[in-house]
Amino acid sequence: MSVLKSQSNSIPKPSTGPVAVLIGTRKGAFILRGDKTRRMWKLSMPIFLGHIVHHMVSDPRDGRTLLIAARTGHLGPTVFRSTDFGKSWKEVERPPAFPKVPEGQKGLVLDHVFWLTPGHASQPGVWYAGSSPQGLFRSEDGGRTWEGVSGFNDHPMRTAWTGGLGDGTPDGPKLHSINVDPRDPNHIYIGMSSGGVFESVDGGKGWEPLNKGCAADFLPTPDPEYGHDPHRILLHPLMPDRLYQQNHCGIYRMERSEGQWIRIGRNMPKKVGDIGFPIVLHPRDPDMVWVFPMDGTEVWPRTSPEGKPACYVTRNAGKTWKRLDKGFPKRAWFTVKRQAMANDAHEPVGLYLGTTSGEIWVSRNGGSSWSCPASHLPEIYSVEVAELPK
Amino acid sequence: MKVQIPTPLRSYTGKESVVEAGGATVGEMLAEIDRRYPGFHFRIIDEQGSIREHIKIFINEKPAHNLSSPVQPADTIHIICALSGGV
Repeated sequence: MSVLKSQSNSIPKPSTGPVAVLIGTRKGAFILRGDKTRRMWKLSMPIFLGHIVHHMVSDPRDGRTLLIAARTGHLGPTVFRSTDFGKSWKEVERPPAFPKVPEGQKGLVLDHVFWLTPGHASQPGVWYAGSSPQGLFRSEDGGRTWEGVSGFNDHPMRTAWTGGLGDGTPDGPKLHSINVDPRDPNHIYIGMSSGGVFESVDGGKGWEPLNKGCAADFLPTPDPEYGHDPHRILLHPLMPDRLYQQNHCGIYRMERSEGQWIRIGRNMPKKVGDIGFPIVLHPRDPDMVWVFPMDGTEVWPRTSPEGKPACYVTRNAGKTWKRLDKGFPKRAWFTVKRQAMANDAHEPVGLYLGTTSGEIWVSRNGGSSWSCPASHLPEIYSVEVAELPK
Repeated sequence: MKVQIPTPLRSYTGKESVVEAGGATVGEMLAEIDRRYPGFHFRIIDEQGSIREHIKIFINEKPAHNLSSPVQPADTIHIICALSGGV
Protein backbone atom coordinates (compact mmCIF):
# COMPACT_ATOMS: atom_id res chain seq x y z
CA MET A 1 0.00 0.00 0.00
CA SER A 2 2.92 2.37 -0.40
CA VAL A 3 1.06 4.29 -3.07
CA LEU A 4 -1.52 5.27 -0.50
CA LYS A 5 0.91 7.53 1.31
CA SER A 6 1.26 9.82 -1.64
CA GLN A 7 -2.41 10.43 -2.20
CA SER A 8 -5.22 11.69 -0.08
CA ASN A 9 -7.00 10.54 2.96
CA SER A 10 -6.02 8.67 6.07
CA ILE A 11 -7.18 5.10 6.35
CA PRO A 12 -10.57 4.92 8.09
CA LYS A 13 -11.09 2.61 11.03
CA PRO A 14 -13.02 -0.59 10.28
CA SER A 15 -16.72 -0.60 11.05
CA THR A 16 -17.84 -2.69 13.98
CA GLY A 17 -21.62 -2.30 14.03
CA PRO A 18 -24.49 -4.18 12.43
CA VAL A 19 -25.03 -4.08 8.68
CA ALA A 20 -27.99 -3.95 6.35
CA VAL A 21 -27.89 -5.59 2.93
CA LEU A 22 -30.14 -3.68 0.55
CA ILE A 23 -31.47 -6.05 -2.09
CA GLY A 24 -33.19 -4.99 -5.31
CA THR A 25 -35.04 -7.73 -7.17
CA ARG A 26 -37.23 -8.26 -10.20
CA LYS A 27 -40.21 -8.39 -7.82
CA GLY A 28 -39.46 -5.83 -5.12
CA ALA A 29 -36.85 -4.87 -2.55
CA PHE A 30 -35.73 -6.55 0.67
CA ILE A 31 -33.51 -5.57 3.57
CA LEU A 32 -31.37 -8.28 5.14
CA ARG A 33 -30.19 -7.11 8.55
CA GLY A 34 -27.15 -8.64 10.17
CA ASP A 35 -25.92 -8.21 13.74
CA LYS A 36 -22.45 -6.83 14.42
CA THR A 37 -20.93 -10.32 14.26
CA ARG A 38 -22.55 -10.77 10.82
CA ARG A 39 -23.64 -14.25 11.88
CA MET A 40 -27.31 -13.59 12.63
CA TRP A 41 -29.51 -12.42 9.77
CA LYS A 42 -33.10 -11.33 9.51
CA LEU A 43 -34.83 -10.75 6.18
CA SER A 44 -37.54 -8.11 5.85
CA MET A 45 -40.83 -8.60 4.12
CA PRO A 46 -40.82 -7.36 0.52
CA ILE A 47 -40.85 -3.62 -0.09
CA PHE A 48 -42.90 -2.56 -3.13
CA LEU A 49 -43.66 -6.19 -3.94
CA GLY A 50 -44.07 -6.66 -7.67
CA HIS A 51 -42.05 -3.59 -8.62
CA ILE A 52 -38.91 -4.06 -10.65
CA VAL A 53 -36.27 -2.63 -8.33
CA HIS A 54 -33.02 -1.97 -10.12
CA HIS A 55 -31.26 -0.32 -7.21
CA MET A 56 -31.81 0.48 -3.54
CA VAL A 57 -29.14 2.72 -2.06
CA SER A 58 -28.57 4.33 1.34
CA ASP A 59 -27.14 7.76 1.98
CA PRO A 60 -24.01 7.38 4.10
CA ARG A 61 -24.10 11.13 4.79
CA ASP A 62 -27.17 10.89 7.01
CA GLY A 63 -27.49 7.15 7.65
CA ARG A 64 -31.27 7.15 7.27
CA THR A 65 -32.23 8.08 3.70
CA LEU A 66 -32.86 5.29 1.22
CA LEU A 67 -33.77 5.67 -2.44
CA ILE A 68 -35.28 2.97 -4.62
CA ALA A 69 -35.25 3.03 -8.42
CA ALA A 70 -38.42 1.23 -9.51
CA ARG A 71 -40.93 0.60 -12.23
CA THR A 72 -43.44 -2.13 -12.94
CA GLY A 73 -44.14 -4.08 -16.07
CA HIS A 74 -46.97 -1.68 -16.89
CA LEU A 75 -46.17 1.53 -15.06
CA GLY A 76 -43.40 3.93 -15.92
CA PRO A 77 -40.24 4.57 -13.93
CA THR A 78 -40.09 6.37 -10.63
CA VAL A 79 -38.06 6.73 -7.45
CA PHE A 80 -39.26 6.03 -3.93
CA ARG A 81 -37.68 7.66 -0.89
CA SER A 82 -37.48 6.79 2.78
CA THR A 83 -36.03 9.03 5.47
CA ASP A 84 -36.35 6.46 8.28
CA PHE A 85 -34.27 3.67 6.75
CA GLY A 86 -37.19 1.87 5.18
CA LYS A 87 -39.90 2.14 7.82
CA SER A 88 -41.96 4.39 5.54
CA TRP A 89 -41.73 5.37 1.90
CA LYS A 90 -42.99 8.13 -0.39
CA GLU A 91 -42.75 8.51 -4.12
CA VAL A 92 -40.51 11.44 -5.03
CA GLU A 93 -42.16 14.60 -6.34
CA ARG A 94 -40.41 14.72 -9.70
CA PRO A 95 -38.60 11.54 -10.76
CA PRO A 96 -35.95 11.57 -13.49
CA ALA A 97 -37.34 12.18 -16.99
CA PHE A 98 -35.96 13.43 -20.26
CA PRO A 99 -37.20 16.84 -21.49
CA LYS A 100 -40.25 16.99 -23.71
CA VAL A 101 -39.30 17.88 -27.26
CA PRO A 102 -41.33 20.02 -29.69
CA GLU A 103 -44.10 18.38 -31.68
CA GLY A 104 -42.74 16.44 -34.65
CA GLN A 105 -39.39 15.67 -33.06
CA LYS A 106 -38.50 12.35 -31.45
CA GLY A 107 -37.52 12.77 -27.85
CA LEU A 108 -35.96 10.33 -25.44
CA VAL A 109 -38.26 8.31 -23.18
CA LEU A 110 -36.94 7.06 -19.86
CA ASP A 111 -37.51 3.33 -19.56
CA HIS A 112 -36.05 2.88 -16.10
CA VAL A 113 -33.73 4.39 -13.57
CA PHE A 114 -30.93 1.89 -13.33
CA TRP A 115 -28.42 3.43 -10.97
CA LEU A 116 -28.41 5.67 -7.90
CA THR A 117 -25.36 7.26 -6.28
CA PRO A 118 -25.18 9.70 -3.37
CA GLY A 119 -23.22 12.83 -4.22
CA HIS A 120 -20.07 14.22 -2.64
CA ALA A 121 -19.77 14.37 1.15
CA SER A 122 -19.58 18.17 0.95
CA GLN A 123 -22.90 18.33 -0.94
CA PRO A 124 -25.56 16.80 1.31
CA GLY A 125 -28.75 16.29 -0.62
CA VAL A 126 -27.03 15.79 -3.96
CA TRP A 127 -27.70 12.47 -5.66
CA TYR A 128 -27.01 11.20 -9.16
CA ALA A 129 -29.06 8.73 -11.19
CA GLY A 130 -28.19 6.80 -14.32
CA SER A 131 -30.90 5.56 -16.62
CA SER A 132 -31.90 3.40 -19.54
CA PRO A 133 -31.61 4.68 -22.20
CA GLN A 134 -28.39 6.34 -21.14
CA GLY A 135 -29.05 9.54 -19.25
CA LEU A 136 -27.54 11.25 -16.24
CA PHE A 137 -29.75 12.99 -13.69
CA ARG A 138 -29.04 15.01 -10.56
CA SER A 139 -31.03 15.86 -7.47
CA GLU A 140 -30.06 18.63 -5.07
CA ASP A 141 -32.80 17.99 -2.51
CA GLY A 142 -32.13 14.48 -1.32
CA GLY A 143 -33.87 12.83 -4.26
CA ARG A 144 -37.23 14.64 -4.08
CA THR A 145 -36.83 16.29 -7.48
CA TRP A 146 -34.51 15.49 -10.37
CA GLU A 147 -33.12 17.37 -13.36
CA GLY A 148 -31.21 16.01 -16.32
CA VAL A 149 -27.50 16.78 -16.44
CA SER A 150 -27.64 18.71 -19.67
CA GLY A 151 -23.90 18.61 -20.21
CA PHE A 152 -24.25 14.90 -20.80
CA ASN A 153 -27.86 14.33 -21.91
CA ASP A 154 -27.70 17.12 -24.51
CA HIS A 155 -24.08 16.62 -25.49
CA PRO A 156 -23.73 16.72 -29.28
CA MET A 157 -21.80 13.45 -29.12
CA ARG A 158 -24.26 11.64 -26.86
CA THR A 159 -25.93 9.70 -29.66
CA ALA A 160 -22.59 8.65 -31.12
CA TRP A 161 -21.22 7.70 -27.71
CA THR A 162 -24.24 5.64 -26.71
CA GLY A 163 -25.12 4.00 -30.01
CA GLY A 164 -28.72 3.11 -30.75
CA LEU A 165 -31.41 1.87 -28.40
CA GLY A 166 -30.62 -1.70 -29.40
CA ASP A 167 -26.92 -1.19 -28.73
CA GLY A 168 -26.77 -2.28 -25.14
CA THR A 169 -27.89 -4.89 -22.67
CA PRO A 170 -30.98 -6.98 -23.45
CA ASP A 171 -33.28 -4.91 -21.24
CA GLY A 172 -31.97 -1.64 -22.57
CA PRO A 173 -28.72 0.31 -22.72
CA LYS A 174 -27.67 1.73 -19.38
CA LEU A 175 -25.73 4.48 -17.68
CA HIS A 176 -24.21 3.15 -14.47
CA SER A 177 -21.17 3.25 -12.18
CA ILE A 178 -21.40 6.93 -11.27
CA ASN A 179 -18.26 7.68 -9.25
CA VAL A 180 -17.67 11.06 -7.61
CA ASP A 181 -14.07 11.85 -6.69
CA PRO A 182 -13.94 12.23 -2.88
CA ARG A 183 -11.43 15.10 -3.34
CA ASP A 184 -13.53 17.09 -5.81
CA PRO A 185 -17.32 17.06 -6.31
CA ASN A 186 -16.90 18.27 -9.88
CA HIS A 187 -14.79 15.28 -10.89
CA ILE A 188 -17.14 12.49 -11.96
CA TYR A 189 -16.75 9.22 -13.83
CA ILE A 190 -19.62 7.30 -15.43
CA GLY A 191 -19.93 4.03 -17.31
CA MET A 192 -22.25 3.15 -20.13
CA SER A 193 -23.27 -0.16 -21.64
CA SER A 194 -22.76 0.56 -24.32
CA GLY A 195 -20.58 3.61 -24.61
CA GLY A 196 -17.62 3.11 -22.32
CA VAL A 197 -16.10 5.11 -19.48
CA PHE A 198 -16.45 8.89 -19.48
CA GLU A 199 -15.04 11.60 -17.25
CA SER A 200 -16.11 15.11 -16.33
CA VAL A 201 -13.91 17.53 -14.45
CA ASP A 202 -16.40 20.40 -14.32
CA GLY A 203 -19.39 18.99 -12.52
CA GLY A 204 -20.95 17.38 -15.57
CA LYS A 205 -20.80 20.27 -18.05
CA GLY A 206 -18.22 18.59 -20.25
CA TRP A 207 -17.37 14.93 -20.83
CA GLU A 208 -14.53 13.02 -22.43
CA PRO A 209 -14.19 9.31 -23.21
CA LEU A 210 -11.67 7.43 -21.07
CA ASN A 211 -11.26 4.09 -22.77
CA LYS A 212 -7.68 3.96 -24.01
CA GLY A 213 -6.23 0.49 -23.61
CA CYS A 214 -9.59 -1.15 -23.06
CA ALA A 215 -10.65 -3.82 -25.53
CA ALA A 216 -13.93 -3.70 -27.40
CA ASP A 217 -13.46 -6.84 -29.44
CA PHE A 218 -17.16 -7.01 -30.33
CA LEU A 219 -16.65 -3.90 -32.50
CA PRO A 220 -15.01 -3.88 -35.94
CA THR A 221 -12.76 -0.95 -35.02
CA PRO A 222 -9.49 -2.14 -33.43
CA ASP A 223 -9.04 0.58 -30.80
CA PRO A 224 -12.16 2.73 -30.68
CA GLU A 225 -12.37 5.90 -28.63
CA TYR A 226 -15.81 4.90 -27.32
CA GLY A 227 -18.44 2.20 -27.74
CA HIS A 228 -17.00 -0.07 -25.03
CA ASP A 229 -18.98 -2.09 -22.55
CA PRO A 230 -17.87 -1.51 -18.98
CA HIS A 231 -19.93 -3.62 -16.61
CA ARG A 232 -18.84 -1.94 -13.38
CA ILE A 233 -16.34 0.82 -12.65
CA LEU A 234 -15.02 1.83 -9.25
CA LEU A 235 -12.49 4.37 -8.07
CA HIS A 236 -10.79 3.68 -4.78
CA PRO A 237 -11.90 6.17 -2.14
CA LEU A 238 -8.45 6.33 -0.56
CA MET A 239 -6.63 6.50 -3.85
CA PRO A 240 -9.06 8.23 -6.19
CA ASP A 241 -6.67 8.30 -9.12
CA ARG A 242 -6.86 4.53 -9.29
CA LEU A 243 -9.81 3.07 -11.18
CA TYR A 244 -10.83 -0.53 -11.64
CA GLN A 245 -13.36 -1.90 -14.05
CA GLN A 246 -14.93 -5.24 -14.82
CA ASN A 247 -15.61 -4.94 -18.51
CA HIS A 248 -17.34 -7.10 -21.10
CA CYS A 249 -13.79 -7.63 -22.38
CA GLY A 250 -11.87 -8.27 -19.18
CA ILE A 251 -10.72 -6.83 -15.87
CA TYR A 252 -8.80 -3.55 -15.95
CA ARG A 253 -6.98 -1.06 -13.74
CA MET A 254 -6.10 2.50 -14.58
CA GLU A 255 -3.76 4.90 -12.84
CA ARG A 256 -5.40 8.12 -13.94
CA SER A 257 -2.12 9.94 -14.53
CA GLU A 258 -1.25 7.26 -17.09
CA GLY A 259 -4.68 7.48 -18.76
CA GLN A 260 -4.49 3.90 -19.96
CA TRP A 261 -6.42 0.82 -18.91
CA ILE A 262 -4.22 -2.18 -18.11
CA ARG A 263 -5.83 -5.60 -18.47
CA ILE A 264 -5.08 -7.13 -15.08
CA GLY A 265 -7.51 -9.93 -15.90
CA ARG A 266 -4.86 -11.48 -18.13
CA ASN A 267 -3.40 -12.83 -14.91
CA MET A 268 -6.56 -14.80 -14.12
CA PRO A 269 -6.50 -18.57 -14.74
CA LYS A 270 -7.01 -19.15 -18.45
CA LYS A 271 -9.79 -21.70 -18.00
CA VAL A 272 -11.76 -19.24 -15.88
CA GLY A 273 -11.08 -16.12 -17.89
CA ASP A 274 -11.69 -12.55 -16.82
CA ILE A 275 -15.27 -11.95 -17.91
CA GLY A 276 -17.85 -11.02 -15.31
CA PHE A 277 -20.21 -8.33 -14.15
CA PRO A 278 -19.32 -7.07 -10.65
CA ILE A 279 -16.10 -5.86 -9.07
CA VAL A 280 -15.58 -4.97 -5.41
CA LEU A 281 -12.76 -3.02 -3.73
CA HIS A 282 -11.31 -3.35 -0.26
CA PRO A 283 -12.26 -0.12 1.54
CA ARG A 284 -8.80 0.26 3.12
CA ASP A 285 -6.45 -1.41 0.66
CA PRO A 286 -6.41 -0.09 -2.93
CA ASP A 287 -4.49 -3.17 -4.08
CA MET A 288 -7.18 -5.63 -2.99
CA VAL A 289 -10.01 -6.41 -5.39
CA TRP A 290 -12.63 -9.13 -5.75
CA VAL A 291 -14.43 -10.29 -8.90
CA PHE A 292 -16.95 -13.01 -9.60
CA PRO A 293 -16.16 -14.49 -13.01
CA MET A 294 -18.77 -15.74 -15.42
CA ASP A 295 -18.67 -17.84 -18.55
CA GLY A 296 -18.18 -15.48 -21.48
CA THR A 297 -17.45 -18.13 -24.08
CA GLU A 298 -19.37 -18.99 -27.26
CA VAL A 299 -22.96 -17.85 -26.65
CA TRP A 300 -22.15 -16.17 -23.32
CA PRO A 301 -24.03 -18.25 -20.76
CA ARG A 302 -23.05 -15.67 -18.10
CA THR A 303 -23.01 -18.42 -15.48
CA SER A 304 -20.17 -19.59 -13.25
CA PRO A 305 -17.40 -21.05 -15.44
CA GLU A 306 -17.80 -24.85 -15.64
CA GLY A 307 -20.69 -24.54 -13.18
CA LYS A 308 -18.26 -23.99 -10.29
CA PRO A 309 -19.05 -20.72 -8.51
CA ALA A 310 -16.02 -18.86 -7.19
CA CYS A 311 -14.91 -15.42 -6.24
CA TYR A 312 -11.37 -14.35 -7.13
CA VAL A 313 -9.25 -11.91 -5.16
CA THR A 314 -6.08 -10.03 -5.91
CA ARG A 315 -3.97 -8.51 -3.14
CA ASN A 316 -1.48 -6.82 -5.46
CA ALA A 317 -3.64 -4.74 -7.78
CA GLY A 318 -4.10 -7.52 -10.28
CA LYS A 319 -0.68 -9.16 -10.60
CA THR A 320 -1.96 -12.43 -9.16
CA TRP A 321 -5.39 -13.81 -8.32
CA LYS A 322 -6.56 -16.39 -5.82
CA ARG A 323 -9.66 -18.53 -6.05
CA LEU A 324 -12.14 -18.31 -3.14
CA ASP A 325 -14.90 -20.91 -3.34
CA LYS A 326 -15.22 -22.47 0.13
CA GLY A 327 -18.88 -22.78 1.01
CA PHE A 328 -20.25 -22.36 -2.49
CA PRO A 329 -21.98 -25.38 -4.06
CA LYS A 330 -19.62 -27.66 -5.96
CA ARG A 331 -21.93 -27.41 -8.93
CA ALA A 332 -24.15 -24.39 -9.54
CA TRP A 333 -24.86 -22.00 -12.36
CA PHE A 334 -24.84 -18.61 -10.68
CA THR A 335 -25.29 -15.35 -12.50
CA VAL A 336 -24.37 -12.27 -10.48
CA LYS A 337 -25.32 -8.99 -12.09
CA ARG A 338 -23.09 -5.93 -12.20
CA GLN A 339 -24.68 -4.19 -9.23
CA ALA A 340 -25.29 -7.38 -7.21
CA MET A 341 -22.02 -7.63 -5.28
CA ALA A 342 -20.87 -5.34 -2.49
CA ASN A 343 -18.69 -5.10 0.59
CA ASP A 344 -18.91 -3.79 4.12
CA ALA A 345 -16.20 -1.89 5.98
CA HIS A 346 -15.56 -4.40 8.78
CA GLU A 347 -12.28 -6.18 9.46
CA PRO A 348 -12.09 -8.65 7.91
CA VAL A 349 -14.16 -7.20 5.11
CA GLY A 350 -17.56 -8.74 4.52
CA LEU A 351 -18.60 -9.56 0.97
CA TYR A 352 -22.16 -9.94 -0.25
CA LEU A 353 -23.50 -11.16 -3.56
CA GLY A 354 -26.93 -11.89 -4.96
CA THR A 355 -27.72 -14.36 -7.70
CA THR A 356 -30.35 -14.23 -10.36
CA SER A 357 -31.70 -17.42 -8.79
CA GLY A 358 -32.55 -15.44 -5.66
CA GLU A 359 -29.82 -16.34 -3.20
CA ILE A 360 -27.77 -14.00 -1.05
CA TRP A 361 -24.27 -15.26 -0.29
CA VAL A 362 -22.21 -13.70 2.47
CA SER A 363 -18.57 -13.94 3.47
CA ARG A 364 -17.46 -12.52 6.82
CA ASN A 365 -13.80 -13.00 6.02
CA GLY A 366 -12.95 -11.38 2.74
CA GLY A 367 -14.19 -14.27 0.67
CA SER A 368 -12.34 -17.09 2.43
CA SER A 369 -15.64 -18.82 3.12
CA TRP A 370 -19.22 -18.23 2.09
CA SER A 371 -22.68 -18.97 3.46
CA CYS A 372 -26.21 -18.36 2.21
CA PRO A 373 -28.39 -16.58 4.78
CA ALA A 374 -31.25 -15.83 2.37
CA SER A 375 -32.65 -17.83 -0.52
CA HIS A 376 -35.81 -18.26 -2.58
CA LEU A 377 -35.92 -14.54 -3.33
CA PRO A 378 -36.93 -13.23 -6.73
CA GLU A 379 -34.23 -12.61 -9.34
CA ILE A 380 -31.69 -10.36 -7.65
CA TYR A 381 -30.71 -7.22 -9.55
CA SER A 382 -28.69 -5.31 -6.98
CA VAL A 383 -26.98 -5.61 -3.62
CA GLU A 384 -25.71 -2.70 -1.55
CA VAL A 385 -24.48 -2.62 2.03
CA ALA A 386 -25.19 0.01 4.66
CA GLU A 387 -23.33 0.23 7.95
CA LEU A 388 -25.78 0.71 10.82
CA PRO A 389 -25.20 2.49 14.13
CA LYS A 390 -24.08 0.27 17.00
CA MET B 1 -66.83 11.60 -16.15
CA LYS B 2 -66.08 8.38 -14.34
CA VAL B 3 -62.58 6.99 -14.66
CA GLN B 4 -61.98 3.33 -13.88
CA ILE B 5 -58.62 2.89 -12.13
CA PRO B 6 -56.69 -0.39 -12.48
CA THR B 7 -55.24 -1.99 -9.37
CA PRO B 8 -51.59 -0.96 -10.03
CA LEU B 9 -52.65 2.70 -9.86
CA ARG B 10 -54.90 2.53 -6.82
CA SER B 11 -52.00 3.31 -4.48
CA TYR B 12 -52.38 6.83 -5.90
CA THR B 13 -56.16 7.09 -5.54
CA GLY B 14 -56.40 5.91 -1.96
CA LYS B 15 -57.60 2.48 -3.14
CA GLU B 16 -60.51 4.02 -5.07
CA SER B 17 -61.38 1.98 -8.16
CA VAL B 18 -63.38 4.80 -9.75
CA VAL B 19 -62.66 8.52 -9.61
CA GLU B 20 -64.54 11.49 -11.05
CA ALA B 21 -62.62 13.85 -13.32
CA GLY B 22 -63.28 16.67 -15.74
CA GLY B 23 -61.59 17.94 -18.90
CA ALA B 24 -62.27 18.14 -22.61
CA THR B 25 -59.55 15.68 -23.66
CA VAL B 26 -57.86 12.59 -22.28
CA GLY B 27 -54.82 14.76 -21.55
CA GLU B 28 -56.82 17.32 -19.58
CA MET B 29 -58.63 14.57 -17.69
CA LEU B 30 -55.33 12.89 -16.71
CA ALA B 31 -53.79 16.24 -15.75
CA GLU B 32 -56.68 16.86 -13.38
CA ILE B 33 -56.26 13.43 -11.82
CA ASP B 34 -52.53 14.07 -11.43
CA ARG B 35 -53.19 17.32 -9.58
CA ARG B 36 -55.22 15.36 -7.05
CA TYR B 37 -52.97 12.31 -7.05
CA PRO B 38 -49.40 13.50 -7.81
CA GLY B 39 -47.26 11.05 -9.72
CA PHE B 40 -50.21 9.28 -11.35
CA HIS B 41 -49.68 10.84 -14.79
CA PHE B 42 -46.03 9.90 -15.32
CA ARG B 43 -46.64 6.26 -14.51
CA ILE B 44 -48.93 5.92 -17.54
CA ILE B 45 -47.88 8.75 -19.88
CA ASP B 46 -44.24 9.22 -20.86
CA GLU B 47 -42.38 12.53 -20.93
CA GLN B 48 -43.07 12.94 -24.65
CA GLY B 49 -46.81 12.75 -24.08
CA SER B 50 -47.39 9.21 -25.34
CA ILE B 51 -49.47 6.59 -23.59
CA ARG B 52 -47.01 4.04 -22.23
CA GLU B 53 -46.59 0.83 -24.18
CA HIS B 54 -48.47 -1.45 -21.81
CA ILE B 55 -51.24 0.97 -20.86
CA LYS B 56 -54.48 1.26 -22.82
CA ILE B 57 -57.12 3.95 -22.38
CA PHE B 58 -60.69 3.41 -23.54
CA ILE B 59 -63.36 6.08 -23.88
CA ASN B 60 -66.50 4.10 -23.23
CA GLU B 61 -65.55 1.05 -25.28
CA LYS B 62 -63.36 2.69 -27.90
CA PRO B 63 -59.58 2.93 -27.58
CA ALA B 64 -57.99 6.36 -27.27
CA HIS B 65 -54.60 6.49 -28.92
CA ASN B 66 -53.35 9.85 -27.70
CA LEU B 67 -53.92 12.58 -25.19
CA SER B 68 -55.84 14.82 -27.58
CA SER B 69 -58.77 12.41 -27.87
CA PRO B 70 -61.91 14.32 -26.82
CA VAL B 71 -63.99 13.20 -23.86
CA GLN B 72 -67.49 14.13 -22.67
CA PRO B 73 -68.83 14.48 -19.13
CA ALA B 74 -71.04 11.42 -19.56
CA ASP B 75 -68.21 9.20 -20.79
CA THR B 76 -66.76 6.32 -18.83
CA ILE B 77 -63.00 6.05 -19.12
CA HIS B 78 -61.17 2.78 -18.58
CA ILE B 79 -57.45 2.83 -17.89
CA ILE B 80 -56.26 -0.69 -18.59
CA CYS B 81 -52.98 -2.42 -17.83
CA ALA B 82 -52.61 -4.49 -20.97
CA LEU B 83 -52.15 -8.25 -20.75
CA SER B 84 -48.47 -8.09 -21.54
CA GLY B 85 -46.65 -9.63 -18.64
CA GLY B 86 -45.82 -13.19 -17.76
CA VAL B 87 -42.53 -12.86 -15.92
